Amino acid sequence: MFVSFEPDAAETVVFEFEGQKISAPRGASVAAALLASGRPSLRATPVSGAPRGPFCMMGACFDCLVQIDGVTVQACMTSVADGLVVQQVPRTMSETQSDHMNGDGGFVEHVK
Amino acid sequence: MTTLIIGGGVVGLSIAFGLLQQGKSVLVLDGGDGDFRASRGNFGLVWIQGKGVDCPSYSTWSRRSAGLWPGYANDLKAASGIDVSLSQKGGVDYFTDEEELADKVSALEGLRTAVGGDYPFEVLDHTGLKKLVPQIGPKVVGGLYSPMDGHVNPLQLLKALTIGVKSLGGDIRTGAQVVEIKAADHAFTAILASGDHVEGGSIVLSAGLGAADLGESLGFKAPVRPQQGQVLITEKLPFFLEYPSGTLRQVNEGGVQVGASKAEIGPDDREDLETLAGLARHAVEVFPHLAKAKLVRSWAALRVMSPDGLPIYQRSAKYEGARFVTCHSGITLAAAHATLLPDWVMGTNQAPDLSDFSEARF
Repeated sequence: MFVSFEPDAAETVVFEFEGQKISAPRGASVAAALLASGRPSLRATPVSGAPRGPFCMMGACFDCLVQIDGVTVQACMTSVADGLVVQQVPRTMSETQSDHMNGDGGFVEHVK
Repeated sequence: MTTLIIGGGVVGLSIAFGLLQQGKSVLVLDGGDGDFRASRGNFGLVWIQGKGVDCPSYSTWSRRSAGLWPGYANDLKAASGIDVSLSQKGGVDYFTDEEELADKVSALEGLRTAVGGDYPFEVLDHTGLKKLVPQIGPKVVGGLYSPMDGHVNPLQLLKALTIGVKSLGGDIRTGAQVVEIKAADHAFTAILASGDHVEGGSIVLSAGLGAADLGESLGFKAPVRPQQGQVLITEKLPFFLEYPSGTLRQVNEGGVQVGASKAEIGPDDREDLETLAGLARHAVEVFPHLAKAKLVRSWAALRVMSPDGLPIYQRSAKYEGARFVTCHSGITLAAAHATLLPDWVMGTNQAPDLSDFSEARF
């Protein structure tokens, strides 16, 4: 059970986790926002399937991994933003977003 | 009479394990953590296809070892409790260049003839390969599948060997850097950097690159040189890669290992960005979805190479009871080393014929 120190944050943003909309104060990390929303576990380990969630909250433990645009990131090192789409790290290829598998590997073409 | 084994990598420990299984007494002298150690940096392949194109007996010897691997893995599990994650479902060599694929096919066809026809492999075009490995990218023109290939978890193998050798009653001394060997027939003294003297009635020099300095004192040429290889390790990814290749494999825990460059730059095990970037480019060419994978580690390690790249098995012409073993495929050959080399080390009439791999060729 996590309670915000600043329940009356001036501004909130709405992001998405696994298709569900979640409000969080601007400036919060994705990990803090997900803990506050009652989600202590964010993934299952690749080897044993044991549940894992945010632990160190400072970028050291790599237990709070999530995916944004198909790239694995640390939820505690990522700030919430309006419209941000966050997903669980997939455990099987069929869970990966199908658009990972297309084209040239998803390199961003820089505007010249 | 104790056999001294100089070098406690996968080669030395596999021989030690096999000697112990035959009831012999062994003492393994393993060097320092700062030494170059192929056993801690390798790619973990039990690989057959393409090996020995210019030397069919190397192909046959490697394949014999691959056939012995399941039993060897079981023996290791029984002795150490560790599963080395042996998988021998076959391997795939991926090609992004039609001409390179065609060259490799004729090389393998020649080898198949040379070894008498029993040499299974399939040539797959892009479509056929995509059926087998759906994740390949559009730049992959085709590949070669062979059921002979496989891989293990090489660090678990090293651990299993260390525990297994000890559980069978062998002795392993770590941090024991041999600086000099005094030799006479069936009487060998290894002098350590610490000043300690260790004695044995026979000796196996399996010291990787360290053999270059120690070989002469036992009557060996020991012409080994380092060849650098660099590798990348990704985060643990959903399982997609059933078949390892010479450059890409997914280990049993999900990480993808990408290798393996080749550089003749002497005893230098430092990575460089250009080489690692090249490995990453290759990985993404073959499997585009890896472009989004995070890398967690990279390293360089040194292969132990003889002048022609083939193993060397040599009995000393100078001293009775001295043996020299080196190869760059210590993982592939580990099962043969544990199962077949003990007889060769002891000189029994069960010994395999390894005359094609003597130092006489240099």
